[in-house]
Amino acid sequence: MSTMWAATPSEQLMRMATRAAGRRRSATRRRLPLYIGLAMLVLAVAAAVLAPVLVSQSPTTIDVLHPLAPPLTPGHALGTDQFGRDVLARILYGARIDLAIAFGATIVTLVGGTIIGLVAGYLGGRIDSVLMRLVDLFFAFPFLVLIIAIVAMLGPSILNMFVAIWITSWVAYARIMRAQAVVAKRQQYVLAARALGYGRLRIMFRHILPNTASAVIIFSMVDAVGNIILAASLGFLGLGAQPPSPEWGTMISEGQNYLLTSWWLATMPGLAVVFVGIAFSLVGDGLADLLRTGER
Amino acid sequence: MSRFSSLPQRCGHLVIVLFGITLVTFFLLRLLPGNPAVAILGTSYTPARAAAIDNTLGLNRPIWSQYGLFLGHLFQGNLGFSFFYGQPATTVIVQHIAPTVFLVIYSAVLAALISFPIGFAAGLRRGGVIDQSSRILFTVSFAMPGFWLGIILLLVFSVHLHAFPISGFGGGFAQHLYYLFLPALTIALGFSTVLVRSLRAATIATLQAEFVDTARMKGIRWRRVLRRHVFRNAILAVVAVFGVNLAYLISGTVLVENVFSLPGLGSLLVNSVADRDYPVVQGVTLLFAVLIVAINLLADIVQAALDPRVGQEAGA
Repeated sequence: MSTMWAATPSEQLMRMATRAAGRRRSATRRRLPLYIGLAMLVLAVAAAVLAPVLVSQSPTTIDVLHPLAPPLTPGHALGTDQFGRDVLARILYGARIDLAIAFGATIVTLVGGTIIGLVAGYLGGRIDSVLMRLVDLFFAFPFLVLIIAIVAMLGPSILNMFVAIWITSWVAYARIMRAQAVVAKRQQYVLAARALGYGRLRIMFRHILPNTASAVIIFSMVDAVGNIILAASLGFLGLGAQPPSPEWGTMISEGQNYLLTSWWLATMPGLAVVFVGIAFSLVGDGLADLLRTGER
Repeated sequence: MSRFSSLPQRCGHLVIVLFGITLVTFFLLRLLPGNPAVAILGTSYTPARAAAIDNTLGLNRPIWSQYGLFLGHLFQGNLGFSFFYGQPATTVIVQHIAPTVFLVIYSAVLAALISFPIGFAAGLRRGGVIDQSSRILFTVSFAMPGFWLGIILLLVFSVHLHAFPISGFGGGFAQHLYYLFLPALTIALGFSTVLVRSLRAATIATLQAEFVDTARMKGIRWRRVLRRHVFRNAILAVVAVFGVNLAYLISGTVLVENVFSLPGLGSLLVNSVADRDYPVVQGVTLLFAVLIVAINLLADIVQAALDPRVGQEAGA
């Protein structure tokens, strides 16, 4: 799209990630979002890894004598669900699933999309136009609907959710990286490398990629937020993780049935999603500022 | 050159994308593990019946011939037969369109009502209180799953304050407005963060335009300049924003319909996945994709009609 304001959320964020940030702030203030975000992320990962140490209950042990205990009950800081399972334990163990999706889905599409975009942008020609028509095609579908359709055909499970995200999410990276590669291939350092007789692969991966990778890396933080929400959404719709898995979206979905009496069941896992999402957003913002200044 | 000069090229792209959409939806069904006849027959499977179904569905033909058959049926409006509903898939889908369309339009209107004042205010006073707080809100709401926000609104306004119904679509226009207020608000809150950013950028860009300086130098009062020159141009931008973000709105609708149990296409899609009703899944996917492509084209045409500059940047 040519007009600067007509953009989807992901396009806006792509543009933010691509644009050189000329903001001048003091170094500490500029890095504050990055530090806060990293601290929140480390906290979330630590909570997921140390879940067995932090809570004594298992996320799946049923306690029929104490169902639907409200938060701050002794022994159950966030209360219990309809089967008497400890909500805090479930959220901490659920972090393992949701963080794995955030990292796993994001890294694969980051690498795959970056390579495709780099090749399309540098080589150009027919490969480029075929790949970019494919990207256009994926952008024509409502993202969530396409993912649901793919999961529907493969059958609902966490692995198939990964596959669906891998199939659809590389397109954003390909589009960003292609734009970067198209610009880079006319720049002096690439021309110099070509004059020296270096091969295409070497120029693409040793020269262009290190100089342009910051845009896709920053975008991947935003994408990780999207993937966490997507995983929770699919879990909520019953298309991702299946009960009794403590995946956050699945927990929210189960909790909705008890909304009239037990508000904490649906509320608490959602807060966990928001916490991790904000952490990734802040890291993305911070990285954007940091990598820009490093370039100058 | 005419202002619509880029239209033929756009239509060329459109045909390629539409062709790709049919190809993708066709192969989605072929991805299905195992034999479709087995899925359709279930427990009443016999080899003879399976062969009969293969024959009627054309499954014993080569794959390109099957695709031709699919395209041919598509042009007749035939999306296959929904064994779960015992009706043609097209009929089932048509029955579920109304709530979704109502919800999408309603939330778009609400989003405009919320974001216009905030977006303009943020653009006029960069770094001001409204600008800063809307930026923080953007960070938070970007990390918030839409369906969860819907549940929280439901918890506060329906369960505790009893201000709105918990689910349902209601009968008649006024009831629709009342029943769909919370679902539409959920989508609108998510969408308005996008709109606010776009409006803010558009307002800032317009304020720097020379015609604004000219208008001020002519001695026109500031309020009048804002109303007649700045806001009008910034609102132009929103037409494009709506077109481009339709996919985002529809994704929101799919989730929110499931939170509030609305009988729309989103609920139909998710229920059909659970019921393994593949023709309906395929049909809804196809419908959404075609709808998005068509409305994007429409938004481009409307924009070209409103703003003569748009059509001239051909090949953008």
